[in-house]
Amino acid sequence: MTATFIHPLARFVEKTFVITEFELRKLRHDFTELITRALQPALWLLIFGQVFSRSGMMHTGNIPYLDFIAPGILAQSVLFVAIFYGINVIWERDLGIVRKFLASPTPRTALVLGKGFSAGIRSLSQTAIVYGLSLLLGVKLNWSPLALVNVLVIVVLAATLFSTFSLIIACIVKTRERFMGVGQVLTMPLFFASNAIYPTDIMPGWLKVISHLNPLTYVVDALRTFMLADSTSTFGLGLDYAVILVTTIILVLIGARLYPHLAT
Amino acid sequence: MSDIVLEIKNLTRRFGAFTAVDALSLSVNAGEVFGLLGSNGAGKTTTIKMLTTLLPPSSGEARVAGFSITTQAVSVRRCIGYVPQAVSVDGSLTGYENLLIFAKLYDLPRREQQARIREALEFMGLTADGGRLVGQYSGGMVRRLEIAQSTLHRPRVLFLDEPTVGLDPIARDAVWKHLVDLRANYGTTLFFTTHYLEEAKSHCERIAIMHLGKVAALGTCQELEASLGSGGHTLSEVFVHYAGSALDSGGNFRDVSAERATAQRLG
Repeated sequence: MTATFIHPLARFVEKTFVITEFELRKLRHDFTELITRALQPALWLLIFGQVFSRSGMMHTGNIPYLDFIAPGILAQSVLFVAIFYGINVIWERDLGIVRKFLASPTPRTALVLGKGFSAGIRSLSQTAIVYGLSLLLGVKLNWSPLALVNVLVIVVLAATLFSTFSLIIACIVKTRERFMGVGQVLTMPLFFASNAIYPTDIMPGWLKVISHLNPLTYVVDALRTFMLADSTSTFGLGLDYAVILVTTIILVLIGARLYPHLAT
Repeated sequence: MSDIVLEIKNLTRRFGAFTAVDALSLSVNAGEVFGLLGSNGAGKTTTIKMLTTLLPPSSGEARVAGFSITTQAVSVRRCIGYVPQAVSVDGSLTGYENLLIFAKLYDLPRREQQARIREALEFMGLTADGGRLVGQYSGGMVRRLEIAQSTLHRPRVLFLDEPTVGLDPIARDAVWKHLVDLRANYGTTLFFTTHYLEEAKSHCERIAIMHLGKVAALGTCQELEASLGSGGHTLSEVFVHYAGSALDSGGNFRDVSAERATAQRLG
């Protein structure tokens, strides 16, 4: 038996990164996942974006429609991948992996946040893809290093947020079949009740209220502000960051309470 | 008398109106090999889940290495190892990586990690396969890696839930050879459940037969065989006597399907 006594906070941070490290090591052995992640944003930008851009139906102020949706598609692709993250959790439950982790002295919050972060880091590949496509399509991007760092941070946080949300759903429904159903039911409303592909101004009042309660709206607003060369934030970057951070923390705490139920 | 490493008092777990484990009391000595037998649904896995702090008891108490499973769960987790019935190593990582993650999670000092992992791989006869993905391992290798993973931190008690389910006789013997060596070298207490009576007979110092959540019989194999009176009774006769005919119990759908899935993955 070996035990070293370190500060609980340092321990929590260290264990979080241990979990993240091993989730990422799996990518080294099989990186096909990174390629499949590229497909969806490509379809949305190249087909949906181009067609709607030509129609001229969307009024997005002084920003061309393609520029307007590029950050929205990045946020959407992060959401769509992260929301099905819980399926891995259910797989690990069907095996004995969850039980083995829970029988170890690892803090529960570190198990949940570590997994969330790994989903966050995996999403960085989508950022690269959306930037590449945007460049091809002539979207005017903001290349300042500070803006780029902010985009990366927001993508990691957003994927952490939605993958933890997904983990919570997995902890509640516990089976793959039910999870797939719930996942499908949630993604579309989250996506459409946001400012990802149209501005909230054109929404009917009730939808506008929902979109303001939707964390994806703040993710898109922050991404749009940092990604595009001349875009200003609708809600203010302070509020965007606050909503994203607070929601993530709350979800991680809920996830850490529910995760042990997977082993019972 | 040897030290008691595991002490269970009136441990009870109810699921709604159903009592899975009913006022279970027993104690296990340090270094002992203790087998928990019983038909499906007898409460074996629920007992192990409570002892490994995965499931809170409805009432009663247990102490593992002196720590309470209800109020000192983290201390309990530090001194136990656990091999669940279902596969618990990650097939998308190598054997080495599966060990490294647990070395880090259990706070093994950084300078000792590599030596400890090397030793564990060697001990379990996996040195040549440490760099391979676990998804390519045979069932017996997976089980040996799981035992290596659960004992890297030298636990006082190793809990094993049906460690040999789904393995062929040769792989089963290899797993037991390593478990016996483990106890001889590190004095690890082994607490395990099994369906295989011959396995219990050849390896356990004491056996408890569970039936409907209670201990129906407890003792050494000889004591249990003698408990049915003279006439040379076998352990399987003892089992049927105390655990009833297997037809009336059988566990729920999830237990049975989980067990078959494990057997399929390992076999």
